Amino acid sequence: MLSQVESHLRSDRFPHIWCPGCGNGIVLSALVRAIEELGYDPDKTVVVSGIGCSSRAAGYLDFNTLHTTHGRALAFATGIKLARPELDVFVLMGDGDATAIGGNHFIHAARRNIDLTAIIFNNSIYGMTGGQYSPLTPPGKRATTAPYGNIERSFDIAELAKGAGATYVARATTYHATMLEKLIVAGARNKGFSVIEAITACPVGYGRRNKMGNGLQMLLWQKEQAVTVKQAEKMSPEELQDKIIIGELYRGEAPEYTAMYEEIIARTKGKNQ
Amino acid sequence: MSDVVEMARLMQGNEAVVEGALAAGVRFFAGYPITPSTEIAELMAERLPGLGGKFIQMEDEIASMAAVIGASLAGVKALTATSGPGFSLKQENIGYAAMAEIPCVIVNVQRWGPSTGIPTAPAQGDVMQARWGTHGDHPVIVLCPASVREAYMLAIRAVNLSEKYRVPVILLMDEVIGHMRERVILPRAGEVEVIERKKPAVEPKDYYPYRPGDDGVPPMANFGDGYRYHVTGLVHDEKGNPTTDPQVAENLILRLHRKIYDHLDDVITVEGYQLEDAEVVVVAYGAVARSAKRAVKDARAAGIKAGLFRPVTIWPFPEKEVAELARQARAVIVAEMNLGQLKGEVERAVQGRVRVTGVNRLNGELITFDEILSAIKEVTTDAQSG
Repeated sequence: MLSQVESHLRSDRFPHIWCPGCGNGIVLSALVRAIEELGYDPDKTVVVSGIGCSSRAAGYLDFNTLHTTHGRALAFATGIKLARPELDVFVLMGDGDATAIGGNHFIHAARRNIDLTAIIFNNSIYGMTGGQYSPLTPPGKRATTAPYGNIERSFDIAELAKGAGATYVARATTYHATMLEKLIVAGARNKGFSVIEAITACPVGYGRRNKMGNGLQMLLWQKEQAVTVKQAEKMSPEELQDKIIIGELYRGEAPEYTAMYEEIIARTKGKNQ
Repeated sequence: MSDVVEMARLMQGNEAVVEGALAAGVRFFAGYPITPSTEIAELMAERLPGLGGKFIQMEDEIASMAAVIGASLAGVKALTATSGPGFSLKQENIGYAAMAEIPCVIVNVQRWGPSTGIPTAPAQGDVMQARWGTHGDHPVIVLCPASVREAYMLAIRAVNLSEKYRVPVILLMDEVIGHMRERVILPRAGEVEVIERKKPAVEPKDYYPYRPGDDGVPPMANFGDGYRYHVTGLVHDEKGNPTTDPQVAENLILRLHRKIYDHLDDVITVEGYQLEDAEVVVVAYGAVARSAKRAVKDARAAGIKAGLFRPVTIWPFPEKEVAELARQARAVIVAEMNLGQLKGEVERAVQGRVRVTGVNRLNGELITFDEILSAIKEVTTDAQSG
């Protein structure tokens, strides 16, 4: 398996830029294993990313990779997918990237149900710029721009995606790397807009300031906080407070955007010119 | 009927842009509704699927620009259209296209600004934004049509130049040209030159996506064609990989400029009218050039040796051509619907050899021929008494 993973990496680009204890590499690895399992042709696989620590993942992958502008990865990916629907397109974003500056693109990609697989690396912070609060920083937590504690409520990415129309929504943590891989596979197989939230640790930009320990301790925190969908069903809202529900959270049925457009082409081609 | 309109017909400027773009092979449009460019989106939505192309109305202007770049990278010629406020929003990704060298065309049908201004009134206030709107030093090509037929021809040329030089090209219209209807006779299918981007001639393993050919332009592989490579807005080496190496950064930015500035004879087109013996040269572009032409005719009838210089390519600015005119002219007038944006460039080019006077209007109305004629008469009197 390791050699298969390696074959999809641009190993000459290592060492990577991520800090010790960072969980981004675990998400990257889960993605590569998922693509291997899906059996996608690397020449037809596209990985688009935004701006931030997590978005640097695209550069380490030996596919067609596009590192775009902050928040806009889904909009670039929409152009690629619509232009060439036969390509398999993954979109890697951070939490601030996807839900703050890119929030509009996120809800509209979901609304269109365009066949993209979005993976959101949620480390609860803007890491690249040194630890500013994001829309996923929990209330009360500290960040360089929330020195007295964050007073903003955070998004629930899964609920946001579901409400906006995504047809596959799932969540895992970097502790649950095998589950993450399986969820990415299932998301990619969904013919529509799929969102997989990956809870990942940023010990340097977030954990240290919030006394969460090192990378390993933050991984163990993920293990303790996580409950599966099945376990969550038996728990009260009080018990679920501060828990991270992991697994497949939602599946929906809706027409896929590029397929609908192909139908318009079939209807109009050669006519009315 | 083919995808090239062949017959004589009454056509609107915005419509001409659509037909020109389609004739040049554009098969992808992403946009967002905005006056006075919306007809371009509407017609694209109607026309593209029948040609096997794709139209999408994105959630905002930023996304439209991003989608256009994505589609182009996937190998489909792509265009977007907007106006002032939308043009401002697109700037970050226009810079991305310049840096990552992704061919694309942006139509900006200028309206009165700043801000919401007068959405239905013409202006030429985006001359500098078209050149310097995105951050950093970057090359850009800006074309400026003065008639409906020219809107068609320049839409084709914009697509061709973007493919040839892998650069964003801006078709800078104004509301008058965008909304005006004229009788046009367009070239027949096969009569227009259509340029395709240069493809790599090497095996994927030997492909350096940012290694330029002799013309300074790197051959471009489309995503999905078997050349797996990295594209980024970060400073990158010839492999496309990010780096902060000062030498690589400098070489990259200089090459991006060189690929355009080494080919100014190809990129710059201008039109002259009665310039041979002109003592008063009127510089005008877009709709204002039409008023200026009439003013020149009337001035000639009144015995004044006037001429019109019309930059069709306004960026890169035709500096050499304007400098030559300054040697023969006794006065230069720059007429534009702004407070002197291109006048500054003209002054730079003439280097004080001759006085440059502006005819400017910024009330949402087109400059009329008699305003320019008055200016011609005035500078003629000044030159005679001086």
